[in-house]
Amino acid sequence: MSDVRQHADDIHDQFSDHLDVSVEDVEERLATLVDEYKVPMDEARRSVTNHYLEEAGLERDDLSSGSSEAVNVEDIEEPEEWVDLTAKVIELWDPRSDSVAQVGLLGDPTGTIKFTKWAKSDLPALEEGGVYSLQNVVTDEYQGRYSVKLNSTTVIEERDEDIEVGDDTSEIEGALVDMQNGSGLIKRCPEDDCTRVLQNGRCNEHGEVEGEFDLRIKAVVDDGLDAHEVIFDKDATENLTGLSLEEAKDMAMDALDTTVVADEIAADIVGTYYRIEGPTFGRYVLADDVTELDGPADAEELLIKARSM
Amino acid sequence: MSQAELTREVARRVFASEFNDSTYTFKESDDERAPNFALLPTGDRANRVFVVGTLTETEDVGEDSEYWRGRVVDPTGTFFVYAGQYQPEAASTLRETEPPAYVSVVGKPRTYQTDDGTVNVSLRPESIAVVDAATRDRWVVETAERTLDRIEAVEAWEAEQEAPESGSTAPTNEYAQMARDQYDSPVVNYRNDVIQALEQLEENEATA
Repeated sequence: MSDVRQHADDIHDQFSDHLDVSVEDVEERLATLVDEYKVPMDEARRSVTNHYLEEAGLERDDLSSGSSEAVNVEDIEEPEEWVDLTAKVIELWDPRSDSVAQVGLLGDPTGTIKFTKWAKSDLPALEEGGVYSLQNVVTDEYQGRYSVKLNSTTVIEERDEDIEVGDDTSEIEGALVDMQNGSGLIKRCPEDDCTRVLQNGRCNEHGEVEGEFDLRIKAVVDDGLDAHEVIFDKDATENLTGLSLEEAKDMAMDALDTTVVADEIAADIVGTYYRIEGPTFGRYVLADDVTELDGPADAEELLIKARSM
Repeated sequence: MSQAELTREVARRVFASEFNDSTYTFKESDDERAPNFALLPTGDRANRVFVVGTLTETEDVGEDSEYWRGRVVDPTGTFFVYAGQYQPEAASTLRETEPPAYVSVVGKPRTYQTDDGTVNVSLRPESIAVVDAATRDRWVVETAERTLDRIEAVEAWEAEQEAPESGSTAPTNEYAQMARDQYDSPVVNYRNDVIQALEQLEENEATA
């Protein structure tokens, strides 16, 4: 099969459900661009695909790029991939926009992930607690967190089974080797549902605002094989450092400088070994349970191994 | 820049004897901002290391401005840590810490050539913190474990080189090859250092 024919076939497959169009027709459009007008193949595909999208009244997002793959929630690590999931609806949230029909949390034995279902996709409603097989959903990423989007090509089938939902908790052990910017006493945007951390008193979304104080630590815990980014929220930070938000505010007030808090915390925690357990969100681990590893280290077993090598 | 270059470089665990032998440095790409790596003789690359040891001596060796040198000793040798005006926090820790003290250092390997042509390896700290004896002991055990893992990987690779027809499943080991090309110290030396370090720990525990 010629190259052009192969590409024409691919494009035709994508539209066969939506348009009454022959492969020859697709091939001719492609050939015109490629052979006659010397357009590179990928650009030609793009152009021809766009033509049919318009004809069918579809958006690019509505098209699957070939067949989708069955995956587990924990395997979703790339945006804009077409996948099939079998998952339980753990929670439904209130959509914040009219363009969203349903939004909530899906889970399977390997973890949980947010989903969005667009109003224009016109799909049947998912029910909380229901288990569904969802074919042709698209992955998306925002600030290191993944989600899936249901679209008009998604096939929803209710399953007659219950599945256990796992939490994607990680456990890491290592030395805290760095505390990053944006740690210590910070200010957050007070706007409803914003909570962005202010940079020099400004929120990226809402501009100059009167921020609200919070405590948090962004740190790197490293075991010599991988470097993990860990976030300690206010409670975890207070537990780790023994410093309360009120005390931190007093410290900053006395010094007329909020950075003294971060300096004090860094001096306390950098270079120390910890075991950290908590859910992962994208590249971050949220520190739920933190233990300082200060017990004696056992050398004996390793010594036996080293001598026998 | 590719995604790989944006991810944080891991802090390798390496004893002083091996660190000080890591005189060959290289980059993986021509990009100006590509990270610099020191080649560990046990067949790995290190852009960053985490070490814990005893700070035995500090000295301001700077001429015009402060430039602090600290000696950090582990069971196998001494790390030379240099901090100047561009590492203000580490420099002030060196200035203010009274030796002897256990310290942890996160930093990057740096090499420099002396007038007689020998290459010295030093550590440019990102942070230095005073720690306790338990942290130091844990580091010795952890570093022993990581070092043995690297040695095992090199030995599996060597066995594969010698008997390729055996169909061993040892993966190709780019850095083991590089270490063989660049260095002439056999990895068994570092295994002996590991044994020495662990024995010292055991003795300390026995007397404690």
